[in-house]
Parts: sequence; structure tokens; C-alpha cells
Amino acid sequence: MLNLTSVDWLIMLLYFVFVLGIGFALKRSMKTSKDFFQAGRALPAWICGLAFISANLGAQEVIGMGASGAKYGLETAHFYGIGAIPAMIFVGIFMMPFYYGSKARSVPEFLRMRFDEKTRALNACSFAVMTVFSSGISMYAMARLIQALHVFDGLFRTLGWAPEGIFTFSIVLSAAIVLLYIFLGGLTSAIYNEVLQFFLIIAGFLPLVLIGLRNIGGWSGLKASVPMAYMHEWKGVAHASTNPMGIEIIGLGMGLGFVLGSGYWCTDFLVIQTAMASKNMESSRRVPLIAAVPKMLFPFLVILPGILAIGLPTPHTTTVEHTVNGAIIRETTVVSPQVEQGRGLVPAKINPVTGKPMLTASGQPLLDYDMATPNMLLHFFPTGILGLGLTALLASFMSGMAGNVTAFNTVFTYDLYQSYIHKGASDRHYMAVGRWATVGGILLSIATAYAAINFNNIMDTLQLVFSFVNAPLFATFLLGMFWKRATGHGAFAGLIAGTAAAMLHHGLTLPIEAHTGIHGGWIAVLHHYPSDMAQNFWGAIFAFSTNFVVAVVVSLATKARPEAELVGLVHSLTPKPARAHIAWWKRPEALAVGVLVGAIAINIFFY
Amino acid sequence: MILDLRIPMGLMFTLTGLILTLFGLSTNGNAALYARCLGINANLWWGLVLLAFGLTMLLLGRRGQKRLESHPPEATEEGHERRGH
Repeated sequence: MLNLTSVDWLIMLLYFVFVLGIGFALKRSMKTSKDFFQAGRALPAWICGLAFISANLGAQEVIGMGASGAKYGLETAHFYGIGAIPAMIFVGIFMMPFYYGSKARSVPEFLRMRFDEKTRALNACSFAVMTVFSSGISMYAMARLIQALHVFDGLFRTLGWAPEGIFTFSIVLSAAIVLLYIFLGGLTSAIYNEVLQFFLIIAGFLPLVLIGLRNIGGWSGLKASVPMAYMHEWKGVAHASTNPMGIEIIGLGMGLGFVLGSGYWCTDFLVIQTAMASKNMESSRRVPLIAAVPKMLFPFLVILPGILAIGLPTPHTTTVEHTVNGAIIRETTVVSPQVEQGRGLVPAKINPVTGKPMLTASGQPLLDYDMATPNMLLHFFPTGILGLGLTALLASFMSGMAGNVTAFNTVFTYDLYQSYIHKGASDRHYMAVGRWATVGGILLSIATAYAAINFNNIMDTLQLVFSFVNAPLFATFLLGMFWKRATGHGAFAGLIAGTAAAMLHHGLTLPIEAHTGIHGGWIAVLHHYPSDMAQNFWGAIFAFSTNFVVAVVVSLATKARPEAELVGLVHSLTPKPARAHIAWWKRPEALAVGVLVGAIAINIFFY
Repeated sequence: MILDLRIPMGLMFTLTGLILTLFGLSTNGNAALYARCLGINANLWWGLVLLAFGLTMLLLGRRGQKRLESHPPEATEEGHERRGH
């Protein structure tokens, strides 16, 4: 049972005070819409770099990666080694020059400069929907977690409120805080708080990993207590049946690495906006590379708690008998069936109607993997540091939400409002619209949170959404930046075809052990995948390839844009910037090589 | 004039570290409380780590803020305000 004391509340309160304080302190410097939406393009690279990963460090990361760690083991680290690091290097070295150099204020605006109005409109609309959806998922997950952990139960009892209100209270509280600090300080405030949240997450989770590892007997103890496949990132990856994720090397490399990873890190304005906020071209290129350094080490912080949770012994109802002065005393520790049917510290999922554990198609108890990391916190942290751990958890939800909200308000204001609803208004007007778009975006997210989802794993849901919208996107940017012949009609047709292909693929295939419906196969089941991951990765590959082929064919059939208009937007037509004044080891390329070597070393360690 | 982030961040971690350290000191030897984390006084030790981190940030931030006040950053490379598009 969770027992929070005043120390825990004090730490949580302190965090809220500082988060809001930063918003108030920055309010004075919000003078133009550029200050509000683009942080004045004046921030140092290290701040933007940490915000770059922190924006992604939402629910999908801390809870989802812990859940994946518990479900698939160390293979989850592929989301870092294959799914993030190469894409982050690519965007820093090859793509930031065009994003930053074109002076576009958002990713959709870059698409308008490179292609045409309709491509931008399509991207802006789908992106706006996606950000609202993501931040809604984040909110829902947080509220559900707060409920499950009974964080506010004591508070509600003291105040005499009905416990049913906890879900709403959690959502309203987090939404109000995020809203206030973005409303006041715009992107600068969001970025500053993301950096704060970044350090807080480390402060909250590092002791958890250290204590957990010590408890299980160090690295070798962990190896001894989980199945062998859990502790290898690469072993068995050649074939789907020999690794826990049920994915083979081609689907993994192409699907996760090339398509999904790049689609996310190279084109998602959620993360790109932080790099675009830095003070000059060189720092903007350095942002994703700086971000890649802590990103490489994050598997230790977020995946390991999940594996530890599986490896620890499952609590059982036990009776201890001992004699005190001749009297026999029986001490019984009762453990709920939810916990007893689980594995390690990961509880089984309980059907809310029957109260019995839910079963998979093959009769195994369905595990509630999302509880892996939170249960670790409750298991190991005493009051005091527990407050810090819970605050870190809240911080992770807020940073994810905030990134979505600032991306939404910028895209809405610049790419939808200024372009299609009200052109040529004053800068003050657009800044006001941005503030109110923040309010609107948060209200829509709250609505999404209530229309919640019944999926086993948040990560899988997000990957599914991204594979529909983001996977075809990377092909568009790749063609746009590196092939001068690509045209607006080609890009638009490719995007439509790519998203359609993703949906069609999802409708025609199904992971084994899943029921038709949200997991796929809603048209007809033509193919069974060994896992939902495999289905997502291959869906992404189909979407990307369809987009690529259609975009090339349509581009060749339509009229090319004059080359003069494409200077600064396409690689072959953009002159190399003079960089002789920067020492070689300060150049982004040098940093990129360093990051790459580090990433390879970690992958060898995890092999 | 913009705020150096390390100042509020350093302040927050210093205070959090202080709270944890003091609480850890006052509960030192409370075996029942620290049984779950293997008998280690996690509050005291981690509080000290955070305290050190917070104070370092605060120190760096104060130096950064002074530099920021004497040389405000160049807003953009292009040197003039961009209007619409």
C-alpha cells in the first residue's frame, strides 16, 4: 500500500513551484511571436539537445520502455541502437542545414517551401491530429497510473472527496500546469522545463536501477534470474522465432531503423522544433548529436527497471509460523491474485467485470507490463526518495505532453491559421492565437484521454499511429532534400498512397495470438506476423516503399520546379557553408563520429 | 534578457537534495523504513548526490548569467527581423 508522507508531498510541490516559476520568469521576454513559437532562435545547443530527447521522454519512453523491457528484455534496446541513434546522427548532419537554413518556422512550412501548399496542408493537419492524440494518450496513461498507484487516495480521503474523481483530478492538474507554463513562456518555457524534467527523470530513476541491480545480485545476478534471450540485444535476431520480439533482422533494420526511427527523429516537428530553436546553424546541427549521447545511455535507465521487475521473485501468499513464549504465532502475508498470477513484480491484468486474470488466446495470463516500472518504484523506494521517484514519473508525462502542445500550437498558428484562416494579421494577433491554440490543444487532448484505448502496451499503440502517419513521411523528406526533380504533386500523391498502404497493410494482417480489430485484420487476414512489433515494422516498410515509388513516378510525370527556387532546400543545389573557422573537433561531424563509435560499443556490450 | 536555466535548475536540485539529506539524517538507523531498499539510507545518500549536483549547477548558472548580462546573445544570424512569409 502506498504511504506518502509530507516529505514526498514537499518534493512534488517544490517541482510544481519551479516548473511554474520558470514560466512566470520567462513571460517578460515573450515579446514577438518568434519568441513565443521559436524561443527567439537564441538558445544554446546543450539546452536544446537535452530538450530534444526530453520532448520524447514522455509516457512512451519511461513506462513504455520499461514495459517493453519486461516483455521483450534487452532486445528493446534496439529502439535506441537502431531506432534512434542513426536517425539522430542523420538529422544532425544532413537534414538540419535545410530545416534551419531555410528559415522555415515549422516542419510543414518547410514542406511548403520545398513542395507546395497542399503537401503542407496535408502534413500540418495530420500532424496536428497526431500531437493531440499523443498528448491525450500521455494524459490517459498518467491518470490511470496515478489511480493504480493510489497516489492521491490519501489526499482525497483527507479532503473527503469521492475517489472516483482521482482520474479527472490527475488530468486536470497536469493539464493546468502544462497549459500555464506554455501559455506564459511559450517554447522557451517548454524547452527549459524539458531540461529540468530530463535531470529529474535521471535523479528519480538512477537510484532505482542501482538499488534494483544490487538486490538481484548485480549484472550476473540479473542474467541468472531471467530467460537467456532477455539479456541479449542481437542474439537470435536473424530469425523471428528465436528472439522475444518475434522480429527478424530485415524488418528490424529497415522497418525500425530506416523507416520508423528516421520517420520520427528526422521529420517529427515535436523533436525538430527544439533543434530549430537553437541560436545558429552549427548549434542546430549539434542539437540532435548532443541529444544522442544521453540517449545511448538511456536503456540502462528505462529498460533495465522492466527487466529487473521480471527477474525479481513473484510475491506469494505466505504464512510464517514462529513461537513466542510458548504461543504459536502465524503471520500471513496476503498477496492479491493479480500479483500472484503475474511474473516477478509485473502483475496480471484483471478483468474488471469478473475480477479474474485475463488470458491470452493460448490461455496464459495477460501481464500488465505497463506496471513494471511503477511497481519497481513502490517496491524499492522508502518515503522521501519515493516522492522524488513519483515526481520524476509525473515529470516524464508532462515533458511529453508539453512537447506535443508546443508543436501543436506552432503548426496550428503558422500552418493552419495564418495560411488558411486569417492571413496578414499583426504579430501580436498571431501570438495571441498561439496562446489560445495552446488552450484548445490541451482541451482536445483531455477529450482524447477520456476516449481512451484498450491496448496492452502503450508503445505498440504509438508505433501503430506513427506507422500510419510518419512512416511514409520520411520518404517525402528524403526525396525532397536529396532529389531536385521531386515535385509537389509527387510528394502529395506519395504521402496519400503511403498512408493508405499503411492502413491497408494493417487491415490485412494480424499478429498471432491477437484478435481481429484494433490489432489488425479488419479487412481480411491474409498474413500472420509472429508479433505486433513485426507487423508494425513491416507496415512501415510497405508505407515507405509505396510513398517512395509513387512519389518518384508522379514527380517524373509532372513539371519540375526551376532550380533557382530550390537553393537552400535541396542538397545538390545548396552551397557548402564555410566552416574553416571552426576547429575540426568542434564540428558536428566530429561529434557524430564519436556518437557512432559509442553506439557501436554499447551494442557490442549488449550483444 | 533571458534567464540562465542552470539557476532555477540548480536551486531546485539543491532544495530537493537538502530535503532528502535532512530527512535521511533524521531517519538514520530506522531499519523498518529502509528495509525495502536493502538497509541503505537511500534518502541520505541520494540527497547528498543531488545537493552536490544542484550546487554545481547553481555555481555554473551564476557565472553564465553574468556573462549573459554583459554580452546578450545575438538573436539570429540574419540580423534583421523576418516578416511573415
